[in-house]
Amino acid sequence: MSALQIKKGSTKHSAYNLRSTFSDVEETHTIAVLVENEPGVLARVIGLFSGRGYNIDSLTVAEVDHKGHLSRITIVTTGTPQVIEQIKAQLGRIVPVHEVHDLTAEGSSVERELALLKVTGVSDKRVEALRLADIFRAQVVDSTLESFVFQITGTPEKVDAFADLMRPLGLTEIARTGVAALARGL
Amino acid sequence: MTRQMTGAKMVVQALRDQGVDTVFGYPGGAVLPIYDEMFQQNDIQHILVRHEQAAVHAAEGYARSTGKPGVVLVTSGPGATNAVTGLTDALMDSIPIVVLTGQVPTFMIGTDAFQEADTVGITRPCTKHNWLVKDTAKLSETIHQAFHVALAGRPGPVLVDIPKDVQFASADYQPKQKAPTGHYQPQVKGDMEMITALVEEIETAACPVFYTGGGVINSGPGASQLLRELVEATGFPVTSTLMGLGAYPASGKHWLGMLGMHGLYEANLAMHGCDLMINVGARFDDRITGRLDAFSPKSRKAHIDIDPSSINKVIRVDMPIIGDVGHVLEDVLKVWKARGRRINREGLQKWWARIHDWQKVDCLKFKPNEGTIRPQYALSRLEALTKGRDRYITTEVGQHQMWAAQYLGFEDPNRWMTSGGLGTMGYGFPASIGVQVAHPDALVINVAGEASWLMNMQEMGTAIQFRLPVKQFILNNERLGMVRQWQELLHGQRYSHSWSEALPDFVKLAEAFGAKGILCKDPADLDDAIMEMLNHDGPVIFDCLVEKHENCFPMIPSGEPHNKMLLGEAKTKDAIGSKGAVMV
Ligand SMILES: Cc1ncc(C[n+]2csc(CCOP(=O)(O)OP(=O)(O)O)c2C)c(N)n1
Ligand SMILES: [Mg+2]
Repeated sequence: MSALQIKKGSTKHSAYNLRSTFSDVEETHTIAVLVENEPGVLARVIGLFSGRGYNIDSLTVAEVDHKGHLSRITIVTTGTPQVIEQIKAQLGRIVPVHEVHDLTAEGSSVERELALLKVTGVSDKRVEALRLADIFRAQVVDSTLESFVFQITGTPEKVDAFADLMRPLGLTEIARTGVAALARGL
Repeated sequence: MTRQMTGAKMVVQALRDQGVDTVFGYPGGAVLPIYDEMFQQNDIQHILVRHEQAAVHAAEGYARSTGKPGVVLVTSGPGATNAVTGLTDALMDSIPIVVLTGQVPTFMIGTDAFQEADTVGITRPCTKHNWLVKDTAKLSETIHQAFHVALAGRPGPVLVDIPKDVQFASADYQPKQKAPTGHYQPQVKGDMEMITALVEEIETAACPVFYTGGGVINSGPGASQLLRELVEATGFPVTSTLMGLGAYPASGKHWLGMLGMHGLYEANLAMHGCDLMINVGARFDDRITGRLDAFSPKSRKAHIDIDPSSINKVIRVDMPIIGDVGHVLEDVLKVWKARGRRINREGLQKWWARIHDWQKVDCLKFKPNEGTIRPQYALSRLEALTKGRDRYITTEVGQHQMWAAQYLGFEDPNRWMTSGGLGTMGYGFPASIGVQVAHPDALVINVAGEASWLMNMQEMGTAIQFRLPVKQFILNNERLGMVRQWQELLHGQRYSHSWSEALPDFVKLAEAFGAKGILCKDPADLDDAIMEMLNHDGPVIFDCLVEKHENCFPMIPSGEPHNKMLLGEAKTKDAIGSKGAVMV
């Protein structure tokens, strides 16, 4: 399907029949964009967001089909319904963009993020950090006598929660991948 | 059959395969191999401009007057950066342009080499798409793809950046037919359900209006034909944006004139008061809508546009139809006819009665002066003396542009070339050159302001060299008139830097280039002077000294709705509120 043929979404089957496209209430949407992995394609997507003043809350990108040279860009963005519709339409206009999916609007989806957190400390704090990591099912991927590196996967909210708990326990560094997301079901 | 050839030869071969007959360009180090190939062939003519910005505007003039893509060839670095304004102009007005730029050799990219610029980076936001070709084997298919992208869907400018080593190296040439155009295939057929919904509204609307734009022109002459058929058959009034003039003939019975900031009273009031607005290939630009929350408050709105991102961008519409104007209008007509060609006759009659009342205001009327030429008079005379001729008009940007749109009538599409979206001073002269190249025997006139014209006046050299008899009709008010008008209305008549000092003697300037110059300052001499211009077989600079402080009306002040239009001087004081003043 052509990139310009917006998935039934922005036009007559659009959400605006259900809620006003022109409401000023901001919503957070996760958008998956399948693009030809050619030079500059990420710059095009990012340039679109900065040039038109849209928000990027998180962005991840990697080639997902090495033979077909397709990359998947997952963008979490916040805006009014009208802005979200514009973002999708503008993304669809980019020539190397093959598909645009609004995972938030198209039904339920799973979202995961991976984070690495470095927590330094000794004695009690160290034990407490380990205990909490266990509750959050975070793994220890590196350890010294005074530090851990935890790996956690989960929704961004879960990662946020874990990071908040680690802060008083000696969180010194955090690296997050940003969100990867897929629609549920077939 | 594949053939081995150098990248430079491929460029020329690919252009030939694309049916290109003209390239506008300017040479330099990074494109020398391509220029060498241009030298050794006769199929494609090369028009040497005097500045790369002019090459792109000329290509725009060529494209807009023919419907074919305009082609530009320039060198790396400054050649490419000079093309940026033209690219942006073409992007805003959806004009198909293919720009080929030279680049430093691949092994020097990123080293700040002489005349290196990140051309694809710089032009990414001002092209529809661009490519840096690092491998000669990919060059021919990339050029073919570039033409496809420039023309497909909503047209626009594309750029192919070609490093010098890629031009020298050899590879197999891919002919046009074999080159994959990729997945980029915008939708052209409109949704039939939505088209039927629109037809249902056409059948019952009491106060309908067609609001047409550049999309009708871009869709091709067939779309204009279909629009005319639909307008005549339904009897609905029709107005157009600046970009769409000529799609419906100015002499047509249902024509309301241009709408928008300097549009006609009747057109804007029809937009404000309608109950069904049918937007055909226009994009609810801010020059059209005025204050958004007061825009056409009572209407149901249909929007036919090939670009899904134009739908609901600023104005919420009830019937979005994504597709090519020609295809959609054909289906609208088909469905409407099949359902019995119904319209709301009674409602329409009353609607026209109201429109006729608005038309009686005669918002463009003016009294010619005795001693000095009023710009409106100059354009009325130009219109009268060129009517019926095979005439193409380009313009610069400013008051003269708006007066040209108001006082000249366009009977056909592709006859009116003006910088709408970007409002680029310096556009008109090179555009007129591109138009004349495409139509050597036609009458091509650039309606100019003296300030805009100076921005690309070096193109006199091009006009002379290629014997292009373009007529430069300069409405010389010795002012940056449009800026001065805004300063008068918005900034307490403090005319900060809005006059044209130290103007050249345009007649002498023409003569210095080897062209004809004509000066006219008395209304009594105007007709003869215009005829002298028209009868001269060669480029002419016509210096028409006009009233210096004329304002352009009607005018919808920024931030105001359509029904708050200013008709003339008397009512202009304090017309623009502080909210409007922040807008452009
Ligand atoms: C390249 C560029 N610079 C500045 C402007 C802002 N601008 C719009 S109209 C205008 C004055 C144009 O003067 P002139 O060409 O003499 O036309 P007039 O309005 O007097 O008819 C200016 C400076 C512009 N549109 N384009
Ligand atoms: Mg002027």
